[in-house]
Amino acid sequence: MPAPVITATSLTKKYKEFAAVDGISFEVAAGESFGLLGPNGAGKSTTMRMVGAVSTRTSGDLSVLGLDPNHFGPEIRSQLGVVPQADNLDQELRVRDNLIVYGRYFGIPLRQISKKADELLEFAQLSDRAKSKVDDLSGGMKRRLTIARALVNDPKILLLDEPTTGLDPQARHVLWDRLFRLKEQGTTLLLTTHYMDEAEQLCDRLVVVDKGTIMAEGSPAELIRTHSSREVLEVRFGSERNAVVAERIAGAGDRIEVLPDRILIYSANGEAELVKLTEAGLDPITSLVRRSSLEDVFLRLTGRSLIE
Amino acid sequence: MTVNEARGMRSVTEAAREVAIRAGAKPRRWGSWYVAEHRIRSMRSYLRTIIATSIGNPVVYLFALGVGLASLVDRNVGAGGVQGVSYLAFVAPALIASAAVTVAAEECTYPMMMGFKWNPIFYAMNAAPISGKQIANGMIISVLVRMVPTTIIYFAVMLAFGAVPSLVGGLLVLTASLTGIAVGLVIMPYTASIQEDKGQMAMIQRFGILPMFLFSGTFFPLSQLPVYLQWIGWISPLWHGTQLGRVASYGLAEPAWLTAAHIAYLAALGVVGWKLTQRVVVRRLNK
Amino acid sequence: MTIAPTQPERVAPARSWFLGALYAGNARTVVSRGILATRSTNYLVVLSGFFEPIFYLVSLGFGLNALVGPVHTSTGQLVPYAAFIAPALLAVSAMNGAIYDSTWNVFFKMNYSKLYQGMLSTSLGPLDVALGEISLALLRGGAYAIGFMIVMQVLGLNLAWTAIFALPAVLLIAFGFGSLGMAVTSYLKTFQQMDWINFVLLPMFLFSATFYPITVYPAAIQWVVQALPLWHGVELVRGLTTGDLSVAMLGHVAYYLVMVIVGVIFTTTRLKALFLD
Ligand SMILES: Nc1ncnc2c1ncn2[C@@H]1O[C@H](COP(=O)(O)OP(=O)(O)OP(=O)(O)O)[C@@H](O)[C@H]1O
Ligand SMILES: [Mg+2]
Repeated sequence: MPAPVITATSLTKKYKEFAAVDGISFEVAAGESFGLLGPNGAGKSTTMRMVGAVSTRTSGDLSVLGLDPNHFGPEIRSQLGVVPQADNLDQELRVRDNLIVYGRYFGIPLRQISKKADELLEFAQLSDRAKSKVDDLSGGMKRRLTIARALVNDPKILLLDEPTTGLDPQARHVLWDRLFRLKEQGTTLLLTTHYMDEAEQLCDRLVVVDKGTIMAEGSPAELIRTHSSREVLEVRFGSERNAVVAERIAGAGDRIEVLPDRILIYSANGEAELVKLTEAGLDPITSLVRRSSLEDVFLRLTGRSLIE
Repeated sequence: MTVNEARGMRSVTEAAREVAIRAGAKPRRWGSWYVAEHRIRSMRSYLRTIIATSIGNPVVYLFALGVGLASLVDRNVGAGGVQGVSYLAFVAPALIASAAVTVAAEECTYPMMMGFKWNPIFYAMNAAPISGKQIANGMIISVLVRMVPTTIIYFAVMLAFGAVPSLVGGLLVLTASLTGIAVGLVIMPYTASIQEDKGQMAMIQRFGILPMFLFSGTFFPLSQLPVYLQWIGWISPLWHGTQLGRVASYGLAEPAWLTAAHIAYLAALGVVGWKLTQRVVVRRLNK
Repeated sequence: MTIAPTQPERVAPARSWFLGALYAGNARTVVSRGILATRSTNYLVVLSGFFEPIFYLVSLGFGLNALVGPVHTSTGQLVPYAAFIAPALLAVSAMNGAIYDSTWNVFFKMNYSKLYQGMLSTSLGPLDVALGEISLALLRGGAYAIGFMIVMQVLGLNLAWTAIFALPAVLLIAFGFGSLGMAVTSYLKTFQQMDWINFVLLPMFLFSATFYPITVYPAAIQWVVQALPLWHGVELVRGLTTGDLSVAMLGHVAYYLVMVIVGVIFTTTRLKALFLD
C-alpha cells in the first residue's frame, strides 16, 4: 500500500457535550479513493471539515500530507480541492470570475489562472455560460461549477461532500468519469455520498459511519461479503399476509427481514430459496432475485428506521 | 514491507509535505490582499453609484448646510462666527468625518453579513488557504480602499466651496479616515457575529450612526446641548474625530492633551475592534 | 359534534366590470399578510423608525436653536426654529416610512422572496397587491406620524388647533410617496439601481425647506425645489401646524392626489405586465 496522505487516529469533534465525531480512525493512501458513508447526522461533513483544515479537532490525531492541520492550515489547504455539501459560490460574480477569483486565493497569477478557468469551464460543460450570473444557473450547473472550482489549484486531494446531489443521471455519469480520470492521474479522493451505487462505482475503500463512530470498513466487495449474503430474494404477499408467511418460513436463507410491504430472504442462492417457497405452497404475488448490494449492507449496519 | 519500500513510502509523503509547505507560503503572506482584491472586484459592480455618491454627497451637504443653513446662522451670530469662523468652515470638518463614518458603517455591515450568510464566500475562502484573520484584514483593507478616496474627493469639494481656511486642512483626509475606520471597527465584530438577520442593520443605523451624527457637535458646538446630553459626544468617536478635524482645519483652540486624547481614543477603538473582529471571524469559521 | 362541509365564506368576489382581472376587491388580505409578517419580525426595528425624527428634533431643536434664532415661514410668520423644523420632520418621516415600505421592502418581495408571484397565482389581482402594499406603507407612516405629533404637542410645537389636520395631510403624503415609490421600484432590477433612489432622496430631504426657508436660494433653484414632492408636503404640514393657512395649500393637496393616481396606475400596469402576461 502506498504512503497514507491522510491519517486519522481517534479523531473526535465535540460540540459542547455532543460528540459529532466520536473517535474515528482511518487511513487514506495516496491515489486512493476513500468513501465515508452514513446516515444523516453521522458526522461525515464534520470529518470532512476537520480534514479540510477548517475545523479544529477536539481530540485525537490528524495528519494530512504529513502535516498537522492545527499548525499548517494554509499549507494543507493549498493542496486540497473542496466541494462542500452546500454550494458556496460567489453570487456577486459571474461564472468564469468565480473560478478566477477562487484561484487568486491560492496565489495563482492571473495569467495562468485565466487559461485554467477556460479548461475547467470546458470540463464542467459550462463554457457557454461563462458570462452568466451564478444565480441564473440551474442547481446542477451550480454543483458542476463548484466541482470545477475545487480543481483550480490542481489539488493533490479532493474532498467531495455529496458531490452529485442534485445532478441528473447524465451529469452524474460524466462526473464519475472525470473523477476516475483524476484518480488515474494520482489525485486522492475523499468523498461522502448517499448513493450506494456511486460508492460502489467510485470507492476503493470506504467506512460506514453512524453516530460519529465507524461501523465497518473495507472495499465495497468485502463489505458485501462480510455483512450480507451473495443474493437477496424479495417476495411480496400483500401487506396482510406478510407477517403470517414470515412466521412460516422462519429459518429460510441466512437471514430474513420482514418489511411492511415485502419479505427479504438473504441467501447465497436466491433461486433455490424461491423454489423452496413454492414447494411449501406459498405463492408470492411478485418475486425478485438480485445480487446483494452496498445498500443492503448500509441498511443492515445503520438500521432501517429513522428513529435514532 | 521491505526497508526500501518503507523508505520510498516516507519520501513520497516527505515530497508532498515539501510541496505543501512551499505552496502555503504565498497565501500565508498575501492572503489578506487576495481577500481585499476580491472585495474590490465585487465593488466594481457598484462603481457608478460609489462615484456618484462620493461626489454628490459632499456637494449636496456642503450646499445645504454650509451655504443654505449657513446664511441663517451667519446672519444670526454676526461677525464673530461660530468658534471664530464662518459656519461653513465650522461644519465642514464634521461633514467630512461623517462621510467617512457613513462609508465605513456601510462597508462594515452588509459585506460582513453577506460573506457569512447570504453569499457565504468566507467559507469558500477559508477552504482555500486563506485564514480567518486574513479574511478580517482583507475586509478592513477594502473598507479603507473605498473610504480614503471618498474623503479625498470630499476634501476637494470642500476646497471648491472655500470651506478650508488653510492647506494644512489636508490633514482632514487623515483625521476623517481615522474616524471612519474607528467606527467601522467598532461595528465589525458585531456584524461578523450576527447569525440571523433580524433588522440589526437598521438598528445600528438608527440607534448608533444617526444619533452619533446628530449629537457629536456636528452642526453646533457640543456645549449648545444640555449637559445631560453632552456625554453622547464624549464617547462618540465622531465627536473626537470632528474636533480633531477642526484643530487641523482652522486651528480650533483646545488643550494639547485633549487633541492627543482624540487620537488615542480613536486609535484604541480601532486596534481593539480589529483584534476583536479577527477573533470573531476565526471562531465563526471554525465550526 | 357534526362536521359540516366547509363552505366558502363568500361566493366568488364581485369583480368590478371595468377593472376586470386587475382587481378582486381583496386588498385587505395583502394587508393582513403584511401585518402578520411584521409581527414575526423584530418589533424594535419597526419601533425604531419612530425615533428617527425625534432624534433630529431634539438635536437640531436644542442645539441649532441658539445659532439660527427664529425663522420666517413662507407666509412670513416668525416662528422658533424648533417649530419651523418639526412639521418638516413630520412630513419627512411620513415620506421615509412610506418609501421604505414601498421600495426596499417591495423590491425584496418582488425579486427575492417571489412573494407577488405567489399572490398573483391566486385569485388576487395586481391592483389588490398594489393597494394592499401601499396601505401597509400608509399604516406604518401613519403610526409614526401620530407618535411624532404627540411629541410635538408635548413640546409645544403645535402652534395652532389646525395642527390636528396635519394627520390626514401626512397620510396623503405617505400615500403619494408609497404609490410612486412602488411604481418606480417595480421597474428596477438590481440593488445598484435601488441605490439611486437614495441618491435622489438625500438632496430632496435637505433642500425642501426642511431646515431653512428656500428663499436663501437663487430663483432658479427655488423653482426646482418647488417642483419636487417633498417641498409640497413640508409646506402643507407646516401651514397646518403653525396655523397660517393659505390657498397654496390646495395646490399642495392636488399635487399629491396626482401622485397617488399616477403611482397606482403605473404600479398596477407594471405588476400585470410582470406577472400576468
Ligand atoms: N456547528 C455545529 N454546532 C453544533 N452541532 C453541529 C454543528 N455542525 C454539525 N453539528 C452536529 O453534528 C452532527 C454531525 O453533523 P454532520 O454535518 O457532520 O453530519 P453528516 O454526516 O454530514 O450528515 P448529512 O448526511 O445530513 O450531511 C449532527 O448531529 C449535527 O447536528
Ligand atoms: Mg453532511
